[in-house]
Amino acid sequence: MAKDVTPAPAADGAIIRMEGIRKVYDTGTVRVEALKGIDLVVRKGEFVAIVGPSGSGKSTLMNLIGCLDTPTDGAYFLAGERVAGLTRDQLADVRNRRVGFVFQSFNLLPQITSLENVEMPLLFGGVPPKKRRERAAEMLAKVGLADRMDHKPTELSGGQMQRVAIARAMAMSPDILLADEPTGNLDSTSGGDIMSVFADLWRQGSTLLVITHDAGLARRASRVVEIQDGRIVGGSGVGGPAAIEFSAPHP
Amino acid sequence: MRVVLHLFLQSSRISRKRAFLTIASIAWGTVSILLLLSFGEGLKRQFSKNRNSTGGNIAVMWPSETTKSWKGMPPGRPIRLTLDDVDYVRERMPELRSVLGEVVSWRTNLAYGPKTVNGRVLGTQAVYGETRRHYAVAGGRFFNDGDEAEKRRVVFLGDELAKDIFGKEDPVGRTLLLNNSPFTVIGVMVHKRQMGVYGGPDENHAVIPSTTFKALFGRDRLNVLVIETWQPEEMAGALKRLNEILGSKHGYDPTDDRALATWNIVKTSQINRNVALGLQIFLGIIGVLTLVIGGVGVANIMFAVVKERTREIGVKMALGARTSWITGPFVLEGLVYTLVGGAAGMLIALLLVTPLGYLPIEKNAVLEFLGRPTLSPAIGFVTAAVLGLIGTLAGYFPARRAAAIDPAATLRYE
Repeated sequence: MAKDVTPAPAADGAIIRMEGIRKVYDTGTVRVEALKGIDLVVRKGEFVAIVGPSGSGKSTLMNLIGCLDTPTDGAYFLAGERVAGLTRDQLADVRNRRVGFVFQSFNLLPQITSLENVEMPLLFGGVPPKKRRERAAEMLAKVGLADRMDHKPTELSGGQMQRVAIARAMAMSPDILLADEPTGNLDSTSGGDIMSVFADLWRQGSTLLVITHDAGLARRASRVVEIQDGRIVGGSGVGGPAAIEFSAPHP
Repeated sequence: MRVVLHLFLQSSRISRKRAFLTIASIAWGTVSILLLLSFGEGLKRQFSKNRNSTGGNIAVMWPSETTKSWKGMPPGRPIRLTLDDVDYVRERMPELRSVLGEVVSWRTNLAYGPKTVNGRVLGTQAVYGETRRHYAVAGGRFFNDGDEAEKRRVVFLGDELAKDIFGKEDPVGRTLLLNNSPFTVIGVMVHKRQMGVYGGPDENHAVIPSTTFKALFGRDRLNVLVIETWQPEEMAGALKRLNEILGSKHGYDPTDDRALATWNIVKTSQINRNVALGLQIFLGIIGVLTLVIGGVGVANIMFAVVKERTREIGVKMALGARTSWITGPFVLEGLVYTLVGGAAGMLIALLLVTPLGYLPIEKNAVLEFLGRPTLSPAIGFVTAAVLGLIGTLAGYFPARRAAAIDPAATLRYE
């Protein structure tokens, strides 16, 4: 596909459309090309798992998708909106409204309660206090933590913390939920819990993109995309409404 | 702003101990700046009070010798002024606040009962009391125009001289013999710390009406002529005009500033005022530096907090926090620390300085010079402004560092 195309129409249902994305880290002495031309489309309602060995560029890809970082080259449309040349605050708003993050290390704010953690994106989204509280409580109930709302993260188990993180990620009803090794720090039981939560979310119509080493989690995805050395090298398990699209040559 | 406030309240729940220490350092800085400035203010006021104890905007002149030739007359001629010249000047220079002449009798015999001392007796006009700050202790008075017109034998005593003669007895109403002539003591001077002295300290002389002096001693030749203007800036012009008037009357060059040796106290006080002001600025700078150290402490702690919360900040950014929502709480935290510390410091300083205002400084040579530390609204204003500035800066720089955090970098690693 050509670079610098006109904005992709949102009507095609693509939540994520990446065209020729490259990312180069240049520290002055070392130049690392983390992504070497990624073309990726994720459509509404898909559950995509990105797999690949460590150092393959998975996390870099996720940072770009989540607008935490900007590509060196290539075009990226998030929900039909071109993400380029946006100011810091505009990027912040995009992250707030369009993307929900779940991290391997949970990344909950330790001094505040679960409820307040879930309220945080709602606060940034300008939701008034009463509605904020209601919505956060609703989200926590949804992940089965209605009785843990006033607990601080340190008083929760790993699985519970990750469920709070998922509630937080979904609070603003984002276009896509991004998860980076969400089960990586959990024992198998808790990991299984989290997988079920993801599966439920998907069934309810959410779009998910998960980076994982966990074969069990990848199996539940509607589509698996394999990355190696900064390139998409393979995919399987095509599911959901759309087929996988990638331009990288098959090995 | 509501978001910033919410985030601030959430984050300030932690580390009360650190907050307390920071606030204490700012309070300490505030106390130092306030104490130093109030000390300077007290000194300045005391300077001004001591200077004023001789007189306000006055100049003192001693008739001397000419140094310039004038209308064929050689230099070196003595100039003589008499009590008549006082009236002469007063009539021609109505713009002056007061004009007075002093005639002096040195080492005059003053006797009360068996007690005899030698003292200085000064003859002058009633206006001297106000112009030269000879205020009477309660129960007495300075002599008035009536005393002068009637050549009454009344005497006003300097407080030290009164003590020498009368000891603990109240001198007012007693009869004192001046060169064997009986005089009634009508008043004793309120003690004052005098900075500008000529002839001798005011506390050591006896003052009588010039008319009485002339009758008693048979002399009316002025030792000193004193003029007083309403405003300090009028003095230079007044002295010029005075020399024109007296120069033409007594035949000397009006530009000959040696004919009347002149001490322009207004000029001296200006210098004193500048010295006091300079001292206050110096003390203020020391105080500000102390406060700056406190501010550096606040900034330092805020930097540590930013570092400690790097991941937290990264998370907030990932959740969609705008830059100002990241920086706002830090700026607010710096300001709150500074303002709470500043308020506490002001309270402490007030509690320390207020009792000093009741310090008995009279009769203590050092304290009479130093004065009482005084807090003024200006000092409070300066301190508040410095505090506000330091607080803003102490929050701003750490906040800027927080805003520069790259969320991708902080979230990438475990």
